[in-house]
Amino acid sequence: MTWLELNRDQVVELLWQHLLLAVPAVLISVVVAVVLGRVAYRWPRAGTVVLGFASLLYSVPALPLLIVIPVLLSIPLRSETNLVIALAVYGTALLAGTAADAFRSVDTRVREAAEAMGYSPRGIFWRVDLPLSLPVLVSGIRVVTVSSVSLVTIGALVGISSLGSLLTDGFQRDIREEVLTGVVLTMVLAVVLDLLVVTAGALLTPWQRSARTRTKAAA
Amino acid sequence: MGIEFRGVSKTYPDGTVAVAEFSCTVPSHRTLALVGTSGSGKTTLMRMVNRMIEPTHGEVLIDERDVRELDKVALRRSIGYVPQAGGLLPHRRVLDNVATVPLLNGVTKAAARATAGELLEKVGLDPALGKRYPGQLSGGQQQRVAVARALAADPNVLLMDEPFGAVDPIVRRDLQDQLVALQSELGKTIVLVTHDIDEAFKLGDEVVILKTGGIIAQVGTPQEIVAAPADDFVRDFVGADRAERTLRTVDHGGRRVVVDGDDRPVGVLG
Repeated sequence: MTWLELNRDQVVELLWQHLLLAVPAVLISVVVAVVLGRVAYRWPRAGTVVLGFASLLYSVPALPLLIVIPVLLSIPLRSETNLVIALAVYGTALLAGTAADAFRSVDTRVREAAEAMGYSPRGIFWRVDLPLSLPVLVSGIRVVTVSSVSLVTIGALVGISSLGSLLTDGFQRDIREEVLTGVVLTMVLAVVLDLLVVTAGALLTPWQRSARTRTKAAA
Repeated sequence: MGIEFRGVSKTYPDGTVAVAEFSCTVPSHRTLALVGTSGSGKTTLMRMVNRMIEPTHGEVLIDERDVRELDKVALRRSIGYVPQAGGLLPHRRVLDNVATVPLLNGVTKAAARATAGELLEKVGLDPALGKRYPGQLSGGQQQRVAVARALAADPNVLLMDEPFGAVDPIVRRDLQDQLVALQSELGKTIVLVTHDIDEAFKLGDEVVILKTGGIIAQVGTPQEIVAAPADDFVRDFVGADRAERTLRTVDHGGRRVVVDGDDRPVGVLG
């Protein structure tokens, strides 16, 4: 592993940059997808159009998207913002449908009882619908997290540094170790972030755990 | 005073009539049981009281005030609501479920939880259950929690939407007895929706039997209805002709034993 030893600082720096590109993209995807999912849930007819358009976005190839976004927003091609926006577009496209499903998964009996007790519409959203949609939402966020971490590498093709730079550089200069390092670290980063999402999800939904133990005890 | 339905109707855009020209008054501190098959509009009527459904015609008054003049959210917080099975907040511990409305009204957490603990005892639950999540309780325990939750803000009016419909008969009888005891102490004005005529007779001071489309088949006290069913629909619905409703007494060793139409003993005359 001599290449890795010699280039450790650069690899750590690229890992960090990779993280700084993936995490904001995931966070933006979650917020936008929850908003779109909510719209789709509340107004099903408009929702079909919105969700259809969102999934269409997912089919746009990555490289053209990375070129179109800077033109539309007049930002530099090689800026981090460009890649974060592109990733957020894909993340939102992946997650919006799941977010709508997550709201649909909330038991109507619970929502109606909450309304009848005097929760305001805003209270219902924040304190009933959102927490109760978390189990389904988290499963969607996991997919977006893993997909975003691996998609970040594409940015290297237009010169946005990340672990993907190890792949482009390694292929060009035929350094197998460099390519391998890039692939393995990208996968490790994806797994670690996925674990963090799972853990956060479990901590935010303690009632789920106790329901499971009860089911087991009853069986 | 009390609750008054004044000529209310509910017609849906597709032409379905859920309720037609319904008028009825529930005096304060009394229980009105709305009973009927599904599609009889009983739940629709109850939901007009807290404006979960707005009538297309007529008005609902609480203590002589049209509920439409009141803010929806404030109105609902001032009315206790006992939902059907499954209406507790699954993500909130039992104690916080009971404290819901006081917390919405801005009561401090400590005060709301203290009241909630007392209420759990009042409905016959161990306050230690307060730390659990609703999913960890039995169906009967969950409905006790639902009753405690409805009482938490000490409302004058209670709405009960088939509260004991999904629990087994023995537990249901327990819950009904408990409610009768609570009501004799608290004297709330209650609108109860049920499809169970025996429950309506047991809990209702006044019973309204509804036909499809929210048409009143008969209104009266349980005794009046059993004594003189208005028509064949009511006779059939209350089972006036059923063997267990036609009782007679037989003499047995000097005691008057009450038996039903199948000669099965129901009790002894006191």
